Amino acid sequence: MNMGVTSKKQLLELYHKMLLIRRFEEKAGQLYGMGHIGGFCHLYIGQEAIVVGIDSIKKYGDQNITSYRDHGHMLACGMDPKMVMAELTGRSTGYSKGKGGSMHMFSKSEGFYGGHGIVGAQVPLGAGIAFANKYKKNKRVCFTYFGEGAANQGQVYEAFNMASLWKLPVVFVIENNQYAMGTSMVRASSTEEMFARGLAFNIPGKAVNGMNVLDVAKDASAAADHCRSGKGPFILEMKTYRYRGHSMSDPAKYRTREEVQKIREEKDPIDTLRSLLIKKHKISEKEFKAKDAEIKAIVTEASDFALNSPEPDIQELWTDVYAD
Amino acid sequence: MKTEILMPSLSPTMEEGSLAKWYVSPGDNVKPGDIIADIETDKALMEYESIEEGTIVELVVKEGTENIKVNSLIAIIETEGGEGVKDENNVVTKKDEVLDINKSEEVLSAEEEVRSVTANLKDEKTIKQEVNQNESISELTVREAINSAIAEEMRHNEDVFLMGEEVGEYQGAYKVSQGLLEEFGSDRVIDTPITEHGFTGLAIGAAFAGIRPIVEFMTFNFAMQALDQIINSAAKTNYMSGGQINCPIVFRGPNGAAARVAAQHSQDFASLYASIPGLKVIQPFSAEDAKGLLKAAIRENNPVIFLENEILYGKSFQANISSNLVIPIGKAKTVSTGDDVTIISYGIGMMHTLEADKKLKELGINAEIIDLRTIRPIDFDTIIDSVKKTNRCITVEESFPVCSIGSYVGSQIMIRAFDYLDAPVLNCTGKDVPMPYAENLEKAALITSDEIVFSVKQVLYKD
Repeated sequence: MNMGVTSKKQLLELYHKMLLIRRFEEKAGQLYGMGHIGGFCHLYIGQEAIVVGIDSIKKYGDQNITSYRDHGHMLACGMDPKMVMAELTGRSTGYSKGKGGSMHMFSKSEGFYGGHGIVGAQVPLGAGIAFANKYKKNKRVCFTYFGEGAANQGQVYEAFNMASLWKLPVVFVIENNQYAMGTSMVRASSTEEMFARGLAFNIPGKAVNGMNVLDVAKDASAAADHCRSGKGPFILEMKTYRYRGHSMSDPAKYRTREEVQKIREEKDPIDTLRSLLIKKHKISEKEFKAKDAEIKAIVTEASDFALNSPEPDIQELWTDVYAD
Repeated sequence: MKTEILMPSLSPTMEEGSLAKWYVSPGDNVKPGDIIADIETDKALMEYESIEEGTIVELVVKEGTENIKVNSLIAIIETEGGEGVKDENNVVTKKDEVLDINKSEEVLSAEEEVRSVTANLKDEKTIKQEVNQNESISELTVREAINSAIAEEMRHNEDVFLMGEEVGEYQGAYKVSQGLLEEFGSDRVIDTPITEHGFTGLAIGAAFAGIRPIVEFMTFNFAMQALDQIINSAAKTNYMSGGQINCPIVFRGPNGAAARVAAQHSQDFASLYASIPGLKVIQPFSAEDAKGLLKAAIRENNPVIFLENEILYGKSFQANISSNLVIPIGKAKTVSTGDDVTIISYGIGMMHTLEADKKLKELGINAEIIDLRTIRPIDFDTIIDSVKKTNRCITVEESFPVCSIGSYVGSQIMIRAFDYLDAPVLNCTGKDVPMPYAENLEKAALITSDEIVFSVKQVLYKD
């Protein structure tokens, strides 16, 4: 997509996906509260512009890999909301047959490689997927997402070194939502410029307004071109904010209600795009209402599908430990 | 005075080596630090520096001589002053001994020639000739076995590649990967930085994406840095993804105690990895098993931990060197049959077991010896059948005693064949201490054939 001549149709698609993620996550939060989703559940609300913007510039076969805050990534890359919700609720119809849950879903056909629960572990894995791209000479790029908290893990820099040394086609996307669980970035990082974390390895980086889907798409497109042309990795620091707690059990006492409210009012990625659609394409209130209804129907369908699906057969306990 | 220059030991496990090149001739003056020779073993080529100042009198061993024992005389140097004047006659005597060794080597030259055909990994043509033979029995070291398994599988499937520290240009820290860079190029034989956590994760990601890495750990001690990736990423993703993303990868390298390298470099990790669902674990003893099982591991669609042993690398075995030989994972091998007692072992434990077996035979005890070969999954059918016959069993392994493979095997025998047992199952293991450095303490920490004999006598209620 050429971000310079964004059509109404294209902008509406971005809006659709961001709103879908928002409403889906709200529903997931509800289902968690009702006991239908167990364990850990990390919501993506507030960060939608990042995955939607990046997905809009991906080329066929490009891959994604991320951490446990992964629902948005899956919906953005085209995975079925019904099967994602079914996995969240531990049902046989989920992407991992109910064995992975919120943190561990995968779709080879959509190029989504998880869904990883150990902070930072997905970074060398993503570099490895990019290594396979280079090995197969298939011109694909792997988008490897991690938070600013994970950016302090040692293996991230081991991956940076090899990715740069071997010129691997990987875009490292640092989703800087300012809080590593309950620790604000200034309390955990000696430097705040996440985009510069690759300088020692000769990896270029750029800070991006991660609350604006068009900015994200533009810079991600340039980063992907850089990788595809054989120049090696690129780092994008997406400045963003998560509205909800780290996980469902997080009371979020490390920040004020006012801080969250201010971001929601002034920088919300969905409202920002909505304003643009009104201003540039004269989208009416009626059209937005229709879009709301459409998204609500998709999310309700996903929820109904999940809750009406059976739990995995008890025999599934023993399957998939090994591949054939 | 005349001083002896002796064959140096380049590593704790080196017993003999070759004199690849002399840099000095009789009459040359040398100073400490001058390079006087190149010494080569099957693992490494090293420059040998003089520690003396003086004049070379005689080169006792000719350039190109092979199989020179460590500490045997290789040259004589005339030095000035100093203590411990050497008796010339003594030197001559030693020289004669060296010559005797050379003579005996000449006698053995036919056998040596056979060995060198398989041993010379530098000769690619030789390897290719071997590959084309079917059911061909030859002498093979474990090192050659592993090298040829990798080479054959890389020829067989271009998605197979090797990565690790020093696997390429250095030709392998233990020379296991010798010649592979030359044949397959740097796209498929990849030298990594010293970054186990990172390159293990990277290799696992590559396996998720459909290519087939062989990851060499210089030793498995260093894989501890990568344990999270091995267990949490490689072993579990097939299950977590409902079977969508499998991980066809082999982690291999030396494991267990080498010699005199102390606690952080001497540990058998078999039971640690064997406790993890999603992994397969192999620890071969013989060259044929190393080759056949490594080929199976490379073809496997799941992560395989392939535990080698530095001390066994140079050990020669009669082996089927056919490229068609692929040994199925999960099958134990009954190495010898007997009625009195079952001895279950694996890896280097088999070396001690076979040594003990000679002593047992002298005592009139016929042991049935089972080499597990695969540690996960364990072939319990073979074990239980044997125990039902012999009614007595001991296990032998080099690892720590707590949560050892032997303790698990023992518990399974109790569950599956309790009524057949005439004595408790005993476990011979390494001692429950970090590996000490001192030679005598290290020896005491490891299992010995005498301990195995003692345990066998115990289960037979013999004195």
